[in-house]
Amino acid sequence: MSSGNMKITLKVWRQRNAKTNGQLATYQLNDISPDMSFLEMFDVLNEQLIVKGEDPVAFDHDCREGICGACSMFINGRPHGPKNKVTTCQLHMRSFKDGDTIVVEPWRAAAFPVIKDLTVDRSAFDRIIAKGGYISVNTGNAQDANSLPIPKVDADKAFEAAACIGCGACVATCKNSSAMLFVSAKISQLALLPQGQVERVARAKNMVAQMDAEGFGNCTNTGACEVECPKGISLENIARMNREFYVANLKD
Amino acid sequence: MSKLESKIPEGNVEQKWSKYKSSVALVNPANKRSLEIIVVGSGLAGSSAAASLAEMGYKVKVFCFQDSPRRAHSIAAQGGINAAKNYQNDGDSTYRLFYDTIKGGDYRAREANVHRLAEVSANIIDQCVAQGVPLAREYGGMLSNRSFGGTQVQRTFYAAGQTGQQLLLGAYSALERQVGLGAVEMYSRHEMLEVVTIDGVARGIIARDLISGKLERHFGHAVLLCTGGYGNVFYLSTNAMGSNVTAAWKAHKKGAFFGNPCYTQIHPTCIPVSGDHQSKLTLMSESLRNDGRIWVPKKAGDTRKANEIPEEERDYYLERRYPAFGNLVPRDVASRAAKERCDAGFGVGASKMAVYLDYKAAIDRYGKTQAKKLGIDNPTAEQLRVFGKQVVEEKYGNLFEMYEQITGENPYEVPMRIYPAVHYTMGGLWVDYNLMTTVPGMYALGEANFSDHGANRLGASALMQGLADGYFVIPYTIGAYLANEIRTKAIPTDHEAFVKAEKEVQDQINKFFAIKGTKSVDHFHKRLGKIMWDKCGMARNEKGLIEAIAEIRALRDEFWKDVRVTGTADEFNPELEKAGRVADFLELGELMCMDALNRKESCGGHFREEYQTEEGEANRDDANFAYVAAWQSTGNGSWELHKEELKFEAIKIAARSYK
Repeated sequence: MSSGNMKITLKVWRQRNAKTNGQLATYQLNDISPDMSFLEMFDVLNEQLIVKGEDPVAFDHDCREGICGACSMFINGRPHGPKNKVTTCQLHMRSFKDGDTIVVEPWRAAAFPVIKDLTVDRSAFDRIIAKGGYISVNTGNAQDANSLPIPKVDADKAFEAAACIGCGACVATCKNSSAMLFVSAKISQLALLPQGQVERVARAKNMVAQMDAEGFGNCTNTGACEVECPKGISLENIARMNREFYVANLKD
Repeated sequence: MSKLESKIPEGNVEQKWSKYKSSVALVNPANKRSLEIIVVGSGLAGSSAAASLAEMGYKVKVFCFQDSPRRAHSIAAQGGINAAKNYQNDGDSTYRLFYDTIKGGDYRAREANVHRLAEVSANIIDQCVAQGVPLAREYGGMLSNRSFGGTQVQRTFYAAGQTGQQLLLGAYSALERQVGLGAVEMYSRHEMLEVVTIDGVARGIIARDLISGKLERHFGHAVLLCTGGYGNVFYLSTNAMGSNVTAAWKAHKKGAFFGNPCYTQIHPTCIPVSGDHQSKLTLMSESLRNDGRIWVPKKAGDTRKANEIPEEERDYYLERRYPAFGNLVPRDVASRAAKERCDAGFGVGASKMAVYLDYKAAIDRYGKTQAKKLGIDNPTAEQLRVFGKQVVEEKYGNLFEMYEQITGENPYEVPMRIYPAVHYTMGGLWVDYNLMTTVPGMYALGEANFSDHGANRLGASALMQGLADGYFVIPYTIGAYLANEIRTKAIPTDHEAFVKAEKEVQDQINKFFAIKGTKSVDHFHKRLGKIMWDKCGMARNEKGLIEAIAEIRALRDEFWKDVRVTGTADEFNPELEKAGRVADFLELGELMCMDALNRKESCGGHFREEYQTEEGEANRDDANFAYVAAWQSTGNGSWELHKEELKFEAIKIAARSYK
């Protein structure tokens, strides 16, 4: 019942490690079911490679339900593939046609070096968060949660920004490899909330400085990041971050 | 003599925790700076524990196998987090949350731990809001609540359908703050593969750098395992692909007892398996059962499409069997009823292993209400459909979209197909009141321990427990141990115990590559999953469990003879990672079956077919089984059972009925 009848030609980026060069390898897959997820198609490919004694394709994935942000394939020139607001793990083969050739590459950005095949190193994101993507409140210091009323509109906007899954699709699609959608989402979430006001100035400056230090590019308002973001994070956040950053510098 | 000292403080259950806190030993700030703590796992329990302990001044190292601590599977929790805040003025209290949790767990949890959980639940919400976690709010600016199963009050806090994500990102931000301050050393893409013990005391771990393949030795005065549950022993579950039992299992083999391994939660509303290629199962929120009606055709093997089956030929079996609760019976009951219908040949869909969750009645009903609201007296059928659909979309739109994305079917037009799936494991490492395992210095927090949910977990209680353990329990209880460790100098990692532990890990890795078999790791994992699901899943019986144990042993032998692990040890090698995890699942599966075999009663998620009432309900045996089964590994694949008797002093033990 599992096998379908789709024939797919895969061109997959194979690269042994960060120090070697990579290249596209071609694989033929038959009996692909339209009900398979895109990653399950890769499971089928890897099973075939293992049985033949060849090295399976390495790719990041974990929850396979669109929330952990691990999966990261650049599919036919688009991060997370042809559908909008969907991560690679939620993409299904019925979004492709029998006989299709699909090209799969890793995220490409200087700040996201390839580890192996389709797996890249996104630890730069963690280092940016460590520079200010938080509110400095130690455990046990909190007042009663309802002692600080927050307008629903602000709470909802903060939530929309906080929905970022940190996958890095915004960086992968940006011609400048800019991380501004990611960074601005966190800065926005905290700038919109009363709890985030105390550290607002330092946060914007420190996070932007780390973003630059990691080698991410600048924003030229192309807007590709917003289109490709699987969680629909808005470009408005970048505008807000820019305001935060300018104000922070003026206050110096 | 029992080896299980639960260390429950004296006194009334309401006073135990506050008395404990004011009398537990403290460690002065200067000494904290020289005490090192290893935290394995970065989910809600791990991140919150690591951040809190680092804030207190301890030196903390955190390990996670993911590429970032933010990706731990706590992130996928949908529904919410319980807290006894009583913001809704509907009569909630610490006692009620305590009572609901004990009853929901079918009277198989430890009273003192559960009461403490209820006590600190309110602090969790305060802490998360202070961190900037954007929980849902009302227009007046106050926090919003919703209802969840097994309770009569509204105590569940939430952030749309992404509560786990928001809470984890809060804990992650607290953790990254400590990383930035240099108080935590973060080891992402590192997997713990062994515990190091010296004279029976936990002194560190062996971890593998997953990128370079290098084995590393790390010393700690204490080791905290916050590594989640073991649902992936079933291969198919709602867990993440990488979720595994390895850390807990290595600890178990080094002396930590495993508590109630057979307690597994099967969630009734998941998207069914579509074929052999299936790699994981996706949960559809329990909230869908508020408005959806569950049915199968009355005729076995009916091949007609759902919409072609007339009303009188449908069997709304939950409404038929449980008129009082109908479609809203608890998870374990709903799951078993679906299995019963499918096993009897009434299942639907290509696999026949699914039932319908139908929104047509809800769409009709909401359509009529909406038409009235809009003042339309004689709405057309089409108008009713459109209005009804709008209301359903507002309430459940994102879930319907997710369903359509995965199945390719439009649930507004045809009923959803659902089937139960493994979701959570209530069992785990046995811990005392301090959350310490039977190995001194080694702790287990969150889903990795057994302590709070008994035989069945209530919805929205997993997030509560993870954060309670990490933010508010371990920062106190670890002092009881570390206060006596201030004279222990950091042990150099060239100590023979570290050398020996590393060699064990290296030997296992070498063994994997030496096999050069013909079948992939996944091949064995799938077969193990099938044995577990068929014989130690939603319903168990003596014959099946005995067979399962024999089959697992045979499969394990075959695995060690015929598995193929590609690549090498000194590179990024996901196949090697999987091999280690499946090797441990192949041992755990046997213990789960043994525990299920031993527990000759039905309770919560553990249903033994021999022990049911005439109506097919779970038949608990309090006289003989009101205990925690704690299994000690005695080497060579054998175990010894220890029992911790459960005493119910604050709550009167009673039967559960949903008729």
